[in-house]
This record gives sequence, structure tokens and C-alpha cells, in this order.
Amino acid sequence: MEPPVNVTETPRVGNVCIVQVQPAKGRYTENLESISETFSQLVTESTPPDMVVLPEAATTGYFLEGAVYDLALPAQRFAADLARAWEDGAGDSPVELCSGFFENDGGTYYNSAIYLRVGGGKHEIVHVHRKMFLPTYGVFDEERFLSRGRHLSVFETRLGRAAMLICEDSWHAIMPTIAAVKGARIIIIPSASPGRGIEGDGELTSITRWREVLRAIAAEHGVYVLYAGLTGFEGGKGMTGSSSVIDPWGRVQVEGPDIGECVVRGFIDPREGDLARASLPLLGDLNAVLPDLILDEELPLPKGRQ
Amino acid sequence: MKQFVEVTASLDGVLHGPRINGELATRWLVAFLRDELIARRKIRRAVVGLSGGIDSAVTAYLCARALGPENVYTFRMPYRSSSPASLSDAQLVVDALGIHSRTIEITGAVEGYLQFEPDADARRRGNVMARTRMLVLFDQSAKLDALPVGTGNKTERLLGYFTWHADDTPPVNPLGDLFKTQVWDLARYLGVPEALIAKAPSADLEANQTDEGDLGITYAQADAILAQMLLGYSDAQLVERGFDERDVATVRRRVDSTHWKRHLPTTAMLTNTAINEFYLRPVDF
Repeated sequence: MEPPVNVTETPRVGNVCIVQVQPAKGRYTENLESISETFSQLVTESTPPDMVVLPEAATTGYFLEGAVYDLALPAQRFAADLARAWEDGAGDSPVELCSGFFENDGGTYYNSAIYLRVGGGKHEIVHVHRKMFLPTYGVFDEERFLSRGRHLSVFETRLGRAAMLICEDSWHAIMPTIAAVKGARIIIIPSASPGRGIEGDGELTSITRWREVLRAIAAEHGVYVLYAGLTGFEGGKGMTGSSSVIDPWGRVQVEGPDIGECVVRGFIDPREGDLARASLPLLGDLNAVLPDLILDEELPLPKGRQ
Repeated sequence: MKQFVEVTASLDGVLHGPRINGELATRWLVAFLRDELIARRKIRRAVVGLSGGIDSAVTAYLCARALGPENVYTFRMPYRSSSPASLSDAQLVVDALGIHSRTIEITGAVEGYLQFEPDADARRRGNVMARTRMLVLFDQSAKLDALPVGTGNKTERLLGYFTWHADDTPPVNPLGDLFKTQVWDLARYLGVPEALIAKAPSADLEANQTDEGDLGITYAQADAILAQMLLGYSDAQLVERGFDERDVATVRRRVDSTHWKRHLPTTAMLTNTAINEFYLRPVDF
């Protein structure tokens, strides 16, 4: 008689670090050196992390206008630089890194996030997500300079299947929804949010709004949300930091300050996602109903795509 | 008969005008000043023109928190017709904060020019005074390795109630996105002496001049209207919401006739590398 298949294997609990940075505008090399120093801190002051997340535009600053063309890099080059920053700071400790950067893909420019596996002196690009929703209103001017991504993919990490959304991507409920339907258990959100709203209780109203969005994503889909926020002022616009880990119940596991650089340490326990989904099976319900919603002829879908 | 409890929507909050959390705004503005002066420009000292009014007082308080009082250099720059109360109210701020203070009378500099223009009216004379004061502040900042910090608020910027390329010239301005009524609230939070909060705001360019007299509307009314107007509400919608039609018209006229004052000079564009049109770099690059 064959032994029973082991269906109760305990999923791995992993450590995540979010590095909330304040880059010097346009000083790519200097910012990478600073990040490398922080990487050193990550492995010396506590258990080395399985996954490290940096904000949107972490190595250049966010508001670049035309200088984005000076600073955007091919994904392979950025991957090599970021991997080297890890190895210079943290040595041989294997890790998976996520960071926002401006991407130059043969003369087409994107606001991108990279997911990178580093270890044993090598690195591998796991995925590059190109921001799909480029804010171009008010203080924002992304689509003037950048092209938008056309695809939302999920990918495997050592802590489970994940997806990356960049800043405004996550404000459209359909984005984390599609990621979750594709199997994501972790939504990683590099962000750069210029704060506003001073009438609130103790924090800017834009920070409160962000937290509501993040908690709603986590609770609706039973996913972990890792939010990495840029911090510091850029030409009078103050980035709101507040990097956080939200658990699959929608609870804030840990959150950093709004002002100032910091490391936010949290953990991902895949069993929490299972329990949250069993308790509130919204994703299962969605999977059942989604075809009816998507195939609705009243939706403005191009003919032939339905 | 069954009686339902009723709850009714109200627009009262709209009519009250913009609010501010003093502690929150202070925290962000202090961070702003530290980032803009120390982190970005490596400058640790600020120069502030202290008029005796609320805007420059609040600016001095914020600079003292951000940089330390020993790094704040204030200048009182009276003209011969300036109110003595302006000097003494400014002194209250200096004494409360323990910041540097110097008085430089601008009468000689102003008259040095105006002697050739004896017919200049009050508006022209006021502009000459404002631009002379800015000359002093920029020169003192060069002398002290400091940065001039602006004091203009959002209301006066929107209503065009300032001298172009004078009050608006300092490279950083912590109050420029705060309405006047919010500056008052912030002053109370910061502990600015009550004498400065209670007195009628005045440019002090002429005797008995007040801002609200010049503008033809109170700051409270103007700010409540402006806060809604900037969100895109039409004049008709504002009147529908309970604002006075004449007040709305006053504010609209001032805002629409002063857009140019909130911009850099208009440059003729002749190439596809025109600065700030095609060649685009952020101010902190």
C-alpha cells in the first residue's frame, strides 16, 4: 500500500522587509549605495529577510519630468545594479528583491517594478511589471513622459504566488481582483504618494485613504499586501511613506511612519490566507460569477476579445 | 402610525470654510523646511522678513522649530510711515522665540528712487517698498549663508494681493498652500502672541490700511468661497450653496484677473527645446 500523499505540509512562514527610502533626486549611484548600506542592516540586526521591497522610483525620486529619459535603465541593467547593492551590503544571504524603477526598453519608457531572485553570486529577473494606470491629472504627469504597461501577471516567489501593482494600479479594484483570480496570495505595491489633506485627525487624509484601499484589497481577496511608500519632500510635495504589511484579514500587521526613512519588518504566513479565505470566501464566489461579469455584452470590450 | 427617524444632509460644513489640524500641518511643514533647506540645499539658516503680521510670525515659528532659533535671522524693515505697532508686534515674536533680529529702515532706499517720481501713487509706492524689502532679504541671505523663506499665504496668492516678484520671490514658502484662516488656526496652535492673531491684517503700506478693506471681503468669507471654487464649483453653484452673490463675484474677479501673478514671466517659444515647455526638469533635480 502506498503511503498517503502528504496534504498537510506546513507552508513556510517568511520574513519580509520593506525599506522606506528618501532618494536624493536623480542621484542613482548615491541612492543605490545608501540602499546597499540598509541591506547590510537587514541581515545583521535580525533574521535575514526572505523578501525585501522598495518603493516606486526608489533609486531616482519620483517627479523627474524630462529627466526620466536620462535616468531610465534597461531592466537587466537595473537588476544587475540592485543585485550588486544587495551583495555589497548583505553578502551571500539569498533573498528576493522588489523595487520600483524607471525602465528604458529600447527607447520606450515605463514606470516599472522588478522582482529579482538573488543568491550564490547570481541573480535572476523573476518578473517586471509595467505600471498600467499612469496618473496624469493635477500634480501628476506620468503619461506625458511614459508609456503604460499592457499586462498584469502573477509570478512565483519563495513565499507564494504574487503580483506587483504600482501606486495607482492598486486604486482600481479590478487590478488586485484580477491578480487574486490569477492566484496571487501576495500583492506587492511599490508607491510614491504625494500627501495632501491637513484637516484630518493626526494624519494626512491621503494616508487614511491609502490604508482603506490596502485593507480592502487584503480583506476582499484574502491576500497579504506589502506596501512600500517613498518618503521625503520633492519640490514641495511630501511623499507619505507609511509602508505597511496588511494581513489577509485586512489587519495592519505593521506600519512605518509617514515622514522619514525606515525599515518595516513583517511576516507572511500562508496559513493565514487560507483561514481568511475560508472565513470569508469572496474570492471563491468571484471565481464562480466572474465569467458572467466579463462576458457581459454591455461592457465596452473590443469585439473579438470576448 | 409608524414614525421613522430622519437624518438630513447639510451643507453647513461647506460654508464654514477650510479646516486645519495644527499639529499635523506643523509636522509636515517642519519636515518640508528641513528637507528643502538642509537636505536639498545644505543650508541651515533662514532669513525671514518680520512685518509684525501673522504670516511672517507663523513662518518664523515654523523655521525656529525646523532649524532651531539660533538659525533664524529676522529683519524688520520699516518705512517712515509704517505703524509703530508693526515693530512692537514683531518684537513679541523675536522675544518669544529667541531668534536673531535686526531692524533695517528702508526709507532712505525707497526715497532714493521715489524722489525722482514724486507723483507716484500709493500702489506704486507700496510696490517699491515691497521690492526694496526683498532686496534687503536676498542680500542678507547672501551675507549670512542663509535662504530667504517666503511668507505668502494661499488666499493672497489667489486674490493677487501681493507685489509680483517681491513677496513671492523667496525660493521656499511653507504657507503658500494654506488659506489665511488656516494660518490663523496654525498660529493659535503654535502659540503666536495673541496680539498678532487678534489684530486686523494689514499690508501697512499706508496709514489705517487693512487687507479686508482693500479686498472688499473678509478673509473668512473669501476662504470659504475659494475652497469650493478651486474644486470646480461654478459661481451659480456657490450661490446655490448659500454664499453671497457679490462676494462670489468679488472673489472670482480677483482670481481670474491675477493668474499671471502666479506664474513665471511669459517667454516667447520659438524652438522645440524651450525651457519649461519642452526642456522639462523638476526644481529639485
